[in-house]
Amino acid sequence: MSQQVETMPNSSLMDGGKKEITMRKEASNFNPNHGLRKFKEACFHGIICLATLSALGVLFILVFRIFNEGWTWLDAQFLDSFPSRFPHKAGIKSAIWGSIWLGGMTLLFSVTFGVGAAIYLEELSPKNRINKWLEINIATLAGVPSIIYGMLGLTIFVRFMALERSVVSGALTLSLLVMPVIIIATREALKSVPDSTRFGAAALGASKWQSVRDHVLPSAFPGILTGIILAMARAAGEAAPLIMIGALTYVAFTPEGPMDAFTALPIQIFNWTSRPQIEFHELAAAGIIVLLGFLIVCNSLAIILRLKWKEEKR
Amino acid sequence: MANQLWVKNRPLQKFSEGLVTKILFACAMVSIITTIGINAVLFLESFEFFKEVSFGEFLFDANWAPLFEPRSFGVLPLVAGTLLVAVGSLLVALPLGLGIAIYLSEYASSKARSILKPILEVLAGVPSVVYGYFALTTVTPFLQKIIPDVEVFNAASAAIVVGIMILPTIASICDDSLTAVPRALREGAFALGARKFEVVTNVVTPAALSGILASFILAFSRAIGETMAVTLAAGATPQVTLNPFVGIQTMTAYIAQVSMGDTPHGTIEYQSIFAVGLLLFLMTLVMNLISQLIVKKFSRSYE
Repeated sequence: MSQQVETMPNSSLMDGGKKEITMRKEASNFNPNHGLRKFKEACFHGIICLATLSALGVLFILVFRIFNEGWTWLDAQFLDSFPSRFPHKAGIKSAIWGSIWLGGMTLLFSVTFGVGAAIYLEELSPKNRINKWLEINIATLAGVPSIIYGMLGLTIFVRFMALERSVVSGALTLSLLVMPVIIIATREALKSVPDSTRFGAAALGASKWQSVRDHVLPSAFPGILTGIILAMARAAGEAAPLIMIGALTYVAFTPEGPMDAFTALPIQIFNWTSRPQIEFHELAAAGIIVLLGFLIVCNSLAIILRLKWKEEKR
Repeated sequence: MANQLWVKNRPLQKFSEGLVTKILFACAMVSIITTIGINAVLFLESFEFFKEVSFGEFLFDANWAPLFEPRSFGVLPLVAGTLLVAVGSLLVALPLGLGIAIYLSEYASSKARSILKPILEVLAGVPSVVYGYFALTTVTPFLQKIIPDVEVFNAASAAIVVGIMILPTIASICDDSLTAVPRALREGAFALGARKFEVVTNVVTPAALSGILASFILAFSRAIGETMAVTLAAGATPQVTLNPFVGIQTMTAYIAQVSMGDTPHGTIEYQSIFAVGLLLFLMTLVMNLISQLIVKKFSRSYE
């Protein structure tokens, strides 16, 4: 009996093997179907490559179109003139200065409150239900459309607090808009600081705030900075909330204080794009080049910071 | 003297510690105040609006003509326009976004990945007003070349650019959830003789389905709330239609249109933007909550 079992596989391999395999082939449904599957594989690979390439293509067409239209308009006169009814005299001086004022004040408000809130939530808060609630609330705020923030700003800052249609109203509105971005990024950066840093500081007698201020924050700093830069890039391109609070499109002066009326680069671009004349479209393209230039500088800074930070961590 | 340099000043330290904690707590409360503010503003002004216009008329009347006599406040045309653009943008962004995510997570070499990811981020960082410009000066003329009777302002071109806008959202969230699928699952499938695309379509994608679904819903809510591109490209003619080649008006575009004109505070037009805004807020809120819920409830863990 045992001998038979041992010889069985042997015999099937040696002499009956070929026969048995052909027999099995007839009896089973096993069919690897290599040809068709290889073809499907190639198709699939092709399709997803095409999807990726199409995204790159769109970006290329977008950038190409804008440069093609706007490049000739981009000169010193364009940067140093106020908007005008005549395309050849029009420029973005007030828009650039408005954006700078707006960006600076937004930076001030949003970083103060955003980083403060993130430090509280991540480092100092007791882990209770209120904080869970705060977290859900911030995640929800991040998904609120920007135009709704504009309505909030219009009612609270412009009307209720009587700040009028000023730089400070715009900056407060934008700050509320980008705060969730900064909070989320700062929390990620704080999370990535190893606990040994906190334990070390605590072992030397530092209080919670001292350890955060002197040890955790400095080592999380590049991550926080990346978040802030990305938030500023977002704020620089926002037009909807500013239109809601009534930022003007025709402003022939640069703001000199936080209570002045203002325009901003995206609003100027919007205004020019919405006109039917082709010259104004080209002016809009020139404005977009300036805006995109700023955004690309921001994004590259963020990427460089992130790479450097990763290297240091190793 | 020298040994007195170190002074343990406990009360002061405790006081400042408490003060700092309180200040930072106040910072965190700003987000709560913002939420309360949004709700209060939208509900209070809408309340004034609904004193004049009944709920039934607002939700079910199919004519939106708030600026001219005879006035009519049926929000359906705005909702229909919004959904037309949002669904159209999903049709563009879903296949492309998922394709890009699969390419990035399964096929791309780490070098290609390190180039492609920043490019996607750039695409995500382009401001919406730039997409509006792109729609008006490039996409619409292109559509008009293919189909001659496309109007200057049309839903299709808005949908295409909004699709491009939400593409990076979908791609990066899908990529994250595909990458999170453990290696063992892929190796198991390979061991059974599956080809790569079979592994991807039959094993990895189903395993990452919750994240993918969540990204779709999140992208949909972004598309609904998108303002500048649709204001520029889709026009200002509220109507219920399925034809993407005619002008429509979205909810956000209506809000922007009214706020650009000098509408005095307290009039019914002014209040109507808050009613529309409330509806918009509730729609995006529900969708964001659903997507968060999906991630929480259905994300399987393989540990």
